[in-house]
Amino acid sequence: MIPTSHYLFLSLALFTIGVVGVLTRRNVIIILMSIELILNAVNINLVAFSRMLGSVDGQIFAIFIITDAAAEAAVGLGIIIAFFRNRETVLADEMDILKW
Amino acid sequence: MLDKVVFYFFAGLAVISAILVVTRRNAVHSAIFLITALLATAGIFLQLRAEFLFIVQIILYVGGIMVLFIFVIMLVNLDVALHQVQFNRQWFVASVLALVLAAQVFFIFYAAQRSEPGRDTLGLPPAVAGRLTPNTELVGQTLFRNYMVPFEIASILLLVAMIGAVVMAKRRV
Repeated sequence: MIPTSHYLFLSLALFTIGVVGVLTRRNVIIILMSIELILNAVNINLVAFSRMLGSVDGQIFAIFIITDAAAEAAVGLGIIIAFFRNRETVLADEMDILKW
Repeated sequence: MLDKVVFYFFAGLAVISAILVVTRRNAVHSAIFLITALLATAGIFLQLRAEFLFIVQIILYVGGIMVLFIFVIMLVNLDVALHQVQFNRQWFVASVLALVLAAQVFFIFYAAQRSEPGRDTLGLPPAVAGRLTPNTELVGQTLFRNYMVPFEIASILLLVAMIGAVVMAKRRV
């Protein structure tokens, strides 16, 4: 049986890669994908602790996080489409209409 | 033994495809590798005996969210973005800071190290075996008994997100 700490290390690695993606990429779509990676890392933690404690509550929380990820992806991609229609770009550092 | 092989296979697959997601130039390649990473995560859920989440992960993430992502990648202009610089100006500082964050969490794990018999490297107790066996049944019961109100709130959230996405992507509001 795999010890729970190994799942925590895997989750830490995925989370860090997701954070690097959010902070360094210019393409907004890839930034959204990196956010999905971060949410997945959290889900692995929740399910691993759910098995460690023998309680199903962690899996319920993971289901709620997947729901949030779906809502976030739908709204975020809608915003990207609306923005692309106005400014013809998907690069995060060219989105500076609000800068004065 | 099979447990270990399955876990380390899926863990390595998830980490490698996650690295490829954030480093590939083409957004479609990133999406494909993200699908691999999500499938590997689904495999880890299965290895953790969370069968319901395994199915939810594949149907909802890979079948729903990723199709949406690929649709949007095809809608926005791919060829122009392909020839532009993919990383922003603060990429080096940002990567170093993210690695510092990872090192901090790793140090917290390291500081929690204990050598008690029967516990793993972080002092966590071993998993309770066999308590989650009719998994889908248990998830359903808990979801509709203890988490009824959050479940309904989640459905309202999905409704709001649906309306918001339609309004946002419409040509004229």
